[in-house]
Amino acid sequence: MSSSPTQVHDGTRSQSAGDPLLVVKDLKVHFPTSDGVVKAVDGLSYTVERGKTLGIVGESGSGKSVSSSAIMGLFHGSSAQLSGQILLDGTDVLTLSEKEMRALRGRDVAMIFQDPLSALHPYYTVGAQIIEAYRVHQDVKKSVARRRAIELLDRVGIPQPDRRVDDYPHQFSGGMRQRAMIAMGLVNDPSMLIADEPTTALDVTVQAQILDLLQDLQREFNSAVIIITHDLGVVAEMTDDTLVMYGGRAVEYGKTSEILTHPEMPYTWGLLSSVPEVTGDTSAKLIPIPGNPPSLLNPPSGCHFHPRCAHRDKVPGDLCVTTTPELVPGGRDPHHLKRCHLADPEDIYLQEVLPEIAPDLVDEIAAPEQTGAPGVHGTTGTTEQGGRA
Amino acid sequence: MFAYTIRRVITGILLLVVMSVVTFYLFYASSTTPERYACGPKCTAAQLETTKKSLGYDEPTYVQWGKFAKGVAVGRTFPDDPELRKAAPQLVQECPAPCLGFSTGYSAPVRSLIQDKLPVSFSLAIAAFVLWMVGGVALGITAALFKGRLLDRAIVGLSLVAFAFPTFFIGLLLLKFVSIRWGLIKLPAYTPLTENPWLWATGMILPAITLAVVYMAGYIRITRAFVLETMSEDYIRTARAKGLNQRTVIGKHTLRAVLTPLVTLSGLDLAGLLGGAIITEQVFNFNGVGKLSVTAIQRFDLPLIVGIVLLVATIVIVANIIVDLLYAVIDPRVRLG
Ligand SMILES: Nc1ncnc2c1ncn2[C@@H]1O[C@H](COP(=O)(O)OP(=O)(O)OP(=O)(O)O)[C@@H](O)[C@H]1O
Ligand code: SF4
Ligand SMILES: [Mg+2]
Repeated sequence: MSSSPTQVHDGTRSQSAGDPLLVVKDLKVHFPTSDGVVKAVDGLSYTVERGKTLGIVGESGSGKSVSSSAIMGLFHGSSAQLSGQILLDGTDVLTLSEKEMRALRGRDVAMIFQDPLSALHPYYTVGAQIIEAYRVHQDVKKSVARRRAIELLDRVGIPQPDRRVDDYPHQFSGGMRQRAMIAMGLVNDPSMLIADEPTTALDVTVQAQILDLLQDLQREFNSAVIIITHDLGVVAEMTDDTLVMYGGRAVEYGKTSEILTHPEMPYTWGLLSSVPEVTGDTSAKLIPIPGNPPSLLNPPSGCHFHPRCAHRDKVPGDLCVTTTPELVPGGRDPHHLKRCHLADPEDIYLQEVLPEIAPDLVDEIAAPEQTGAPGVHGTTGTTEQGGRA
Repeated sequence: MFAYTIRRVITGILLLVVMSVVTFYLFYASSTTPERYACGPKCTAAQLETTKKSLGYDEPTYVQWGKFAKGVAVGRTFPDDPELRKAAPQLVQECPAPCLGFSTGYSAPVRSLIQDKLPVSFSLAIAAFVLWMVGGVALGITAALFKGRLLDRAIVGLSLVAFAFPTFFIGLLLLKFVSIRWGLIKLPAYTPLTENPWLWATGMILPAITLAVVYMAGYIRITRAFVLETMSEDYIRTARAKGLNQRTVIGKHTLRAVLTPLVTLSGLDLAGLLGGAIITEQVFNFNGVGKLSVTAIQRFDLPLIVGIVLLVATIVIVANIIVDLLYAVIDPRVRLG
């Protein structure tokens, strides 16, 4: 039922700016459980270049965190079955031993985990945890590491860092914990940074500050960044490329400006139309698309999205139910990949979807000459839309 | 923290008062004539009457409790009845505060009876505690680290077997084989630690092992569960993501978190044992508080029963306070108040 590997786009798109730091090829992460094999990630490919940001979006359970944890080598020594390639600066992470992987973790590739309250150890001070992260990879005295921790806490905007360094995580506010998490991730100047929902559950002001901070830091260190998020506003603002995941697979992948203005896959349309319409909604969670996320144990046949797809009657025969679409370039741009059988998604989007979700944008986007970031719709605060949900 | 401790101590004392009242009333709710046990088998009706009076059993329960409470607070003199004291001055006994009463079965002050037995029970409890904590925690961690593999199954399986055997069976088994059949260790007997540490240890080892085996079985499984649960926590993933080696992730980050529930549980279990291990003391014929309480109940020795109940209750209450204070030290999130 999975797509045949020969036809899978290898995802190694090269762009002019920078060289690819991370290349993920046909990554699969399967968890054997008593109920069967959970295919949390099933054939994922993408590339991130130095100084560039990739946004990964998708519903809860679509495999965003699992695929990123695989890059960190966090499944080494677990029962998870991994295949494919994760080339980090040319080295295949999956072939490394745990010991070799340990040397990379936290130094070359760092992850800011979602939910910092549970991701920080409750019994150690914030400072102690940052100091530890530094000293694993740098042969320095504790006092030096402590100065470094204070410097970083200052850098991420913690007030009175020389005092707060000795606080426990529970003494920090949510936003400060997130900053501390970022400080910890950056302590070794990693070339690859993965931020898993770095702003979920923060209020809008703090959210904006954290995003600014990430952007500044990225510019400063020229690191490659992956941002996992539910928030298309974050995607629009922060990322160069966007990867839409559904049920452990990429369903649409390309330049962010392309994807947000000319989405070619009904699931992405659903995501765009389910952005909360109230400006500055703090939860910034997607209003779910009708229907349930696919089972990862027994995924639907054909296109995984077909049970929830409103457009499958436009595909001849029962192709959507019988045949898994490949991730291939659509009509517009060879770098814009989509996984859908629809022959002319652009027309459907402009005529059926867009008028419903953002009527005021129809003309703007349909006009062939001017398409670009300003036209991005669905971002927090830029649209007033009918909304399906 | 100080105010908190004071508050806890006061509630503890109130709790003890309530418990003593309940024990008194429960005792008199049963239709027994405790004076019969005190008077002996060849007791005439007149003697029985005198005994009853001298023990104060002729008075209403609340009066008896009042006298007991007064004894605890300021001490008392036996017998309570002034006429009896005058009639037989040679039998008058002073019982200084805190007086827990006068055992009818042993004809001795309850407090000195308990004080005699306490070192035996304490030694046993502490020796067993050390054994089961070391063994239980070490095996529990090992099982967790080898989860699902042969070693894990062997440890968990053995702990289940140990758990299923009754204490007296394990005790008798050890006695029969280690001491009698193989003669590895001479028959267990209590020697005070201050007298001869070596004899104390060798005399204590079999009963301590017996007790430890039973508790260890539980601690293996609890520790294993705590470790596994902690290992799936997000902050353990963070620790690994830093590039820490497995030894630090387990030895530092995981165990630090597992410590908290273990301290709570083991503190309360130890407290429960300090008040006497009834079966083990019986099997090895150790004269501890456990054995004393069995005798007290057999003889309907109310003052002794009350004394032991209050002792055990005090230990448990004190242990609870200590555990809660420790908790605040261990877990920075806990604020007492
Ligand atoms: N160790 C594991 N064993 C079995 N299944 C797992 C394991 N880890 C994750 N999964 C499953 O893999 C799927 C993908 O999880 P993942 O955490 O990547 O989702 P996500 O896209 O990050 O969602 P969210 O937005 O809620 O963070 C989920 O259905 C989850 O239940
Ligand atoms: S392949 Fe068919 S079911 Fe899947 S998204 Fe496209 S139209 Fe819908
Ligand atoms: Mg996630």
